[in-house]
Amino acid sequence: MQLFLPIADIPVNVFLILAMGAAVGFVSGMFGIGGGFLMTPLLIFVGISPAVAVASVSSHIAASSMSGAISYWRRRSIDPALAVVLLTGGSIGTALGVFTFTWLRSLGQLDLLIALSYVILLTTVGGLMFWEGLRAMLRARGGKPVPTRRPGSHVWIHGLPLKMRFKRSKIYLSVIPVVAIGLLIGFLGAVMGIGGGFILVPLMIYLLRVPTSTVIGTSMVLTLVTMLFATMLHALTNHLVDAVLALILMVGGVTGAQFGARAGQKIRGEHLRLLLGLLVLAVGVRFAFELGIKPTELFTVRETGGAA
Amino acid sequence: MRMRALAISAMVLAATITALPARAERLIVSVSNHRVTVTPNYSGEELVLFGSVEKDANTPPNRNYDLVVTVFGPRADMVTRRKERKFGIWINTDSRQFLQVPTYLAIFSNRPIDAIASPEVQRRQQLGMNNVVLTQRVGTDYADVVPTDPFRTAFIRLKSQHGLYRESSSAVTFLTPTLFRSGIPLPAEVPIGTYTVDIKLFADGQLITRTETAFEIVKVGFEQFVANTARQNGFVYGLATVVMALMTGWMASIVFRKD
Repeated sequence: MQLFLPIADIPVNVFLILAMGAAVGFVSGMFGIGGGFLMTPLLIFVGISPAVAVASVSSHIAASSMSGAISYWRRRSIDPALAVVLLTGGSIGTALGVFTFTWLRSLGQLDLLIALSYVILLTTVGGLMFWEGLRAMLRARGGKPVPTRRPGSHVWIHGLPLKMRFKRSKIYLSVIPVVAIGLLIGFLGAVMGIGGGFILVPLMIYLLRVPTSTVIGTSMVLTLVTMLFATMLHALTNHLVDAVLALILMVGGVTGAQFGARAGQKIRGEHLRLLLGLLVLAVGVRFAFELGIKPTELFTVRETGGAA
Repeated sequence: MRMRALAISAMVLAATITALPARAERLIVSVSNHRVTVTPNYSGEELVLFGSVEKDANTPPNRNYDLVVTVFGPRADMVTRRKERKFGIWINTDSRQFLQVPTYLAIFSNRPIDAIASPEVQRRQQLGMNNVVLTQRVGTDYADVVPTDPFRTAFIRLKSQHGLYRESSSAVTFLTPTLFRSGIPLPAEVPIGTYTVDIKLFADGQLITRTETAFEIVKVGFEQFVANTARQNGFVYGLATVVMALMTGWMASIVFRKD
């Protein structure tokens, strides 16, 4: 069934988009991530312009993190204080991100920025995750226990001023790195159309030492709010959010996520990390490849307004 | 005020017509539909332009007619960018701005334009893709460039790939020596707005007469409503999208609740 997307301005097959939403939802449910880093590239590969893809995916991620956040809230595994501090940085980061997005779009370099950030971020994070997963798997095979967390070790982060007590997470920590992480995730999310969960969760675990009981729930709150904010800003400044596209993605995504979560429980943690690492790495390499080879069409045309 | 202006122009027009010596030929044209509505499942259609050449007593006998039909879509500013290899990757470097160029352009004739008129007439009458004016901003100047300009050819090529620019020397068919028709294909991504159709009649390489008609493309339905709201009412639109996201997420958490 063909449907005309009002903002993307192209006709698409509803079932294709629905299936893409479900597939990404499945993966995101399996790994407990938002899946924006898969959804945005997939949309770009189908022919939707990177700008519209980034803007529309933010509302899709908001929907999937909403259902996630609700279930974590019920289990009381969200740290409200930590979420609020993260959000202070997150909101500023998102605003900066949308501003950068608009500015680069007018220069004609937005697509390049999106592609470059995907290459850099995904190959680095994917490579690290893959390596980490591989090591953990080898260790597990060797019969040694897998250390999940090294409590009590002090890093430079703990020497920073403006300390605050986060009760539910049971940590005592400076707000500076928390705000900085929020800022980074908000910025990347707005520019790249990703929730940033796959960067945020490791950062919170390894850098901030947030316990595993609250880390996912709290990161989902940050994702939810920054993505809602990004949707709003993209709609206000660039008019690029395609609500019809977003709705199809949401429906496919939240359904797929349920099945993905069930599948994820059957796979061992280190295998899961290895797989996710591979997936992230693959998307990054795909973008790198795209940048490096000579495009078949060197020219692009874009309407800059003034339609009479 | 407007009525008076209209009345005056009608009078002037009538005066011109009567003052002129009786023209040998007159073109009478019409399009099959003056208002095309694009619905969500629109996948392109074809309008038909038909018309006839009316002769009178002054018409030299046995004249062979040629027709050039040019359809201009609504105008807009466009930018064409060129990628170049820098630091091992392909990035946009050079760009050109096209000012108020048609978003849709179709040039149809009954035989190759080179056979219809001399290059001089072609240029003067803007016949064919190579002679249509596509204004570019060149530095501080506004001008069209030579047809072989890489940006101009790339622009036309990309537009043609989307079916928005097209040129055909066989699209106009004479059903009888004076009765003609031509199809105007409108692809799925056709821009909305007013389209003007310029019809020029040639005989022996010279322009005999010309006429103009127009049609309008409007989009209707939910999609257009969404697009309009997004552009004119960004805040409400953003808010609605945000609420939609929250509702979908909330619904999912109810539907799939495990406990």
